[in-house]
Amino acid sequence: MARLTEAFGEIASGAGCCPADSAILPLSPEAAEAVAPHVAAYVTLEEDGVKSLELAVPGMTCAACIARVERAARDVPGVDRARANFSARKLSVAWRGDLALAERIVAALAAEGYKATPFSAEAVLSADDAAMRDLLRALGVAGFATMNVMLLSISVWAGSDMAESTRSFFHWLSALIALPAVAYAGRPFYRGAFAALKSRRLNMDVPVSLAVILASAMSLYQTTIHGGAVYFDASVTLLFFLLLGRLLDLRVRAKARSAARQLLAIRARAATVIDPDGSRRFVRPEALTPGMRVSVAAGERVPADGTLTSEFALLDNSLLTGESLPEETESGAQVYAGALNLADPVEVAVTRPDNLSLLAEVGRLMEAAEQGRARYVRLADRVAQAYAPVVHVLGAATAAAWLLLGVGWENALQTGIAVLIITCPCALALAVPAVQVVAGGRMLRNGVLVKGGDALERLANIDMVVFDKTGTLTTGELTLACPADPQALALAATVARESRHPLARALVRAAKGIQSEIALRNVREEAGLGLQATTKAGIVRLGSRRWVGAEDDASDDSKAEIWLRDARGRLTRFAFADQVRVDAADTIAKLQQMGVDLAILSGDRPAAVSTVAAAVGIGAWEGACSPGEKIRWLRKRAAMGYRVFMIGDGLNDAPALTEAHASMSPSDAADIAQNAADFVSLGDRLGPVADTLRIARASQRLVFQNFALCAAYNAVAVPIAMAGLASPLIAAIAMSVSSLAVTLNALRLKWIS
Amino acid sequence: MDILIVLIPAALLLGGLGLAAFLWSLNSSQYDDLDGAARRILLEDEPPD
Repeated sequence: MARLTEAFGEIASGAGCCPADSAILPLSPEAAEAVAPHVAAYVTLEEDGVKSLELAVPGMTCAACIARVERAARDVPGVDRARANFSARKLSVAWRGDLALAERIVAALAAEGYKATPFSAEAVLSADDAAMRDLLRALGVAGFATMNVMLLSISVWAGSDMAESTRSFFHWLSALIALPAVAYAGRPFYRGAFAALKSRRLNMDVPVSLAVILASAMSLYQTTIHGGAVYFDASVTLLFFLLLGRLLDLRVRAKARSAARQLLAIRARAATVIDPDGSRRFVRPEALTPGMRVSVAAGERVPADGTLTSEFALLDNSLLTGESLPEETESGAQVYAGALNLADPVEVAVTRPDNLSLLAEVGRLMEAAEQGRARYVRLADRVAQAYAPVVHVLGAATAAAWLLLGVGWENALQTGIAVLIITCPCALALAVPAVQVVAGGRMLRNGVLVKGGDALERLANIDMVVFDKTGTLTTGELTLACPADPQALALAATVARESRHPLARALVRAAKGIQSEIALRNVREEAGLGLQATTKAGIVRLGSRRWVGAEDDASDDSKAEIWLRDARGRLTRFAFADQVRVDAADTIAKLQQMGVDLAILSGDRPAAVSTVAAAVGIGAWEGACSPGEKIRWLRKRAAMGYRVFMIGDGLNDAPALTEAHASMSPSDAADIAQNAADFVSLGDRLGPVADTLRIARASQRLVFQNFALCAAYNAVAVPIAMAGLASPLIAAIAMSVSSLAVTLNALRLKWIS
Repeated sequence: MDILIVLIPAALLLGGLGLAAFLWSLNSSQYDDLDGAARRILLEDEPPD
């Protein structure tokens, strides 16, 4: 998707890092102003008069960026503290004094080339931060307890000639360490078990909590009567492994934001309403009603659906259609909320209130899709639903059986609890996260970011891959279709530098590296037509056919073109095309070999889509799809039993990305698409799509192998426990061996293809 | 085995110190930005003037 980048200063895709890279452009003054006034609303006032603000700075990509961003913020006079959080791509600033400093900070960052927007509270799931910390704390305590209790336990097991008093002393010491640790570190599981039991369900937490609590209680009892069946080390080790499994699971999950709510952040934040008497005032987009007239400045987005009352407007509708070229809109035509105004200020008469706009409709589609997504039950949870009742029954049955055999309630209970401990799900809890962490690491090396473990599971099951066209199969950037005369190119580029039009920017990009010393005077731009400038040699025009005086050609316009008429009247034509990605055809071939069906769903004109489809080798395609139509197409396929992997990059893809069984988005895609997608592909190749599918399928195989290992382990260990032969030593060995086996098997993912 | 009366508390104390250090590092937000910490090693300090 061609990005109208100059208005918002974003970094071009695939660019190298910051300082010397010319792809970073500072925000134009008007655009900087358009963002800034709303920032002050997000400043929080803390005690003792300190004002703090959190800004999202997605443009940070390397160490140098951290330094530049912090320095830019700190150099604003009055700022006390500026600290960047690279992992979350945000900047925290604190200062005393004027509220307006917020705007100056944003402007300072813009001058360095970094777009900074206030971190809206709903956009970031900060609960994950707190959950991670809680888990780490519990893990730390469990780790400390495990190591020290194990220290004591091994001494007891190894010392056959240990004095009774020493053994008793060690047991009491273990109790002292283990009991508080179990009470503290087991809280996540107790809470989960309690919640499940309250709603009359069973999940993995119930047998875990039961095993840990019963084992600790029994061991305490045994310690008081100087018995031998003391399982403190088993309970803390169990907790340690389980917490580790949970932590791995949490780490695989990137911070997920509700993409639907983020949609609303894209539209204009404040609309300029023109009252009947001609005065202007600022109004929130939600307050716009049909009949109002709004003014949209250059570089701003249209705040509501309406009709154009100005004579002419040059709008970028790429957010809604994915179309990379701006649309020339005439008076009376329909314009949509979210469209970007490229040229002179225009006026729009509002026809639909904010909540009925196309953008809001897209947002609702996405929310519905997100809720459907949330109902997916993870593999591990499905196994747990079967596992828990079986374990409980086995434990109870063992205790009952031994009781009937007349060994006394103490021994019967002991054996029953031993069964519970041995069937400990620590291997099961590690089976899935261990594989997913390795898979995530391998994907990252291939340049793909995984958003969560369930994404990997869903991807392994897909049987159809659907691509968007612009920006996904194609690079989304316009490049020169055929080589041009360097002198003409140099002249054209010099003139083109004065315009924000995407074709002009493409011309400047194409001429990078060509030196020219042409001086221009009286540069003039006519929206929708072209530029005119005066050089030493005479008047030069750059623009459409009509503008330079070339004859109208009734040929097809599937290529974008720009004409140059130099001072001597010579005409040169520059044709641009959106290039298909280098490895697209290869990737499609690989996917076909993997046995998946393929299709293209695009919002672009059918003629353009069919060309690209032929170029990459995909037979099934649909053009001119609105976001709603894409969702309907996907739902039809889902009803037919297909599970679709959707790959797209624009706002018009975001609902489809959420609706599909699994989805991926390039990293230079719109923020919304990146949030809606399960995978984000860094870099500009299509190869990662096939690689990711292969890794997901391999991960699924390994997960099932791990489940098989757990089943085998249980098949051996449970009879041993039921026969009453599972001493604490055996239990510890069994637990460690099974967890180790599962983890080592997971590591195999690093090497298998 | 009387030495145990010294060794065991010593082991527990050292382990406890380790745990305290871990919890302190966790509470002082040192784990909030692991990627950023990795990259900051490349930044130069401002020279003292």
